[in-house]
Amino acid sequence: MKVSITVNGSSREADVEPRTLLVHYIREHLGLTGTNIGCDTSSCGACTVHVDGESVKSCTMLAVQADGCSVTTIEGISRGGEMHPMQKSFMENHGLQCGYCTPGMVMAAIGILDENPSPTEEEVRIGLEGNLCRCTGYHNIVQSVLAAAKK
Amino acid sequence: MIPASFDYKRAGSAAEAIALVGQHGDDAKFLAGGHSLLPLMKLRLAQPAVLVDIARIKDLSYVRDAGDHIAIGALTRHREVETNPLLTQHVPLLSHAASHVGDPQVRHRGTIGGSIAHADPASDLPATTLALGATYVAQGPNGTREIAASDFYTGFLESALAPDEMLTEIRVPKMNGAGWSFQKFNRRAQDWAIVGVAAWRRGTESGVALVNMGSTPVLASSVSGAIAKGASVGDAAALAAAEAEPQSDNNATAEYREHLAKVLVRRALEQASA
Repeated sequence: MKVSITVNGSSREADVEPRTLLVHYIREHLGLTGTNIGCDTSSCGACTVHVDGESVKSCTMLAVQADGCSVTTIEGISRGGEMHPMQKSFMENHGLQCGYCTPGMVMAAIGILDENPSPTEEEVRIGLEGNLCRCTGYHNIVQSVLAAAKK
Repeated sequence: MIPASFDYKRAGSAAEAIALVGQHGDDAKFLAGGHSLLPLMKLRLAQPAVLVDIARIKDLSYVRDAGDHIAIGALTRHREVETNPLLTQHVPLLSHAASHVGDPQVRHRGTIGGSIAHADPASDLPATTLALGATYVAQGPNGTREIAASDFYTGFLESALAPDEMLTEIRVPKMNGAGWSFQKFNRRAQDWAIVGVAAWRRGTESGVALVNMGSTPVLASSVSGAIAKGASVGDAAALAAAEAEPQSDNNATAEYREHLAKVLVRRALEQASA
């Protein structure tokens, strides 16, 4: 089936099988491998991207469901070679260890601040419920989001 | 994990979706947010030959004040149920329960109608709408009909919906200031409830329903019956498991679930009575 999806601002056309998951479309058809596949069961959040401005788990969405939508991945958040403030905040606050969950964490974190620009620590923790860090580096991840909110 | 192959059809209206599913019979499934169906398809526990995507039917996503109740379009997403001002004002128990479904990413995609039609006894919204005495509206090839929530759940993941009927609206009575509580016991963030309780109370009137206490969401009628006769919260809560037939699984034995149900119903009634 032919789909037209705007990815990181540029319109992309593709012919995909209906069963193609959005995350496979992003990684394999477009070669944007910043979005990771972790659990593949909509639990871990490593595959989080934005669809029409809202955070979603791209392992639990079909590419055909995103037809006509605007998708933003971790590759699409920097501007003019500058890291997104959330990326900078993760770097400055040691918000990552092995880095596997980081793209999903950053995308989920941007989504939290879009909906609630000044969250409490508890609201950040609840907002990140859908993202797992197997290094258990949650403390600095939460600090990173809080620091980004203050910027 | 990739689902088995299927044909994908996109419906522009409820009538078109019903006609499409009618053409393909039992092999076809409605696809809304996909957050119950797609995981099952990835595990090959479901292998529909045809998916009819209803998510783009614009006129089935709404929240309206309908006098004595709030009418919610079946395609309304959990995040909207969680935050909609009409719902937070008139049916706070439902919007609060919606805030406990999955995680933010799941709530951005999953729909209230999808959750109810999936009829998972471990899901939060089937039991919550059951406690609230909701009515569901189903549309089929021959028109629409209303189904009381108490008649809807017929077995594990089974409902009164015919294969070519689509859930289109959920009607939830306004709570008119009743006290309420939602108790969800789980060990990990974002998980399903090991046991959950949705409850409201206004004097001797009450509604209590249990999550994950049997093959369907369970209306705890004995608890409400006791409250109606003036029983104390503690005495009423002791009857919490009277209608339940909980299963044992990796998370809890049936006996532990019955114990949890009594404790959580007591806490819920205390909060709803305060």
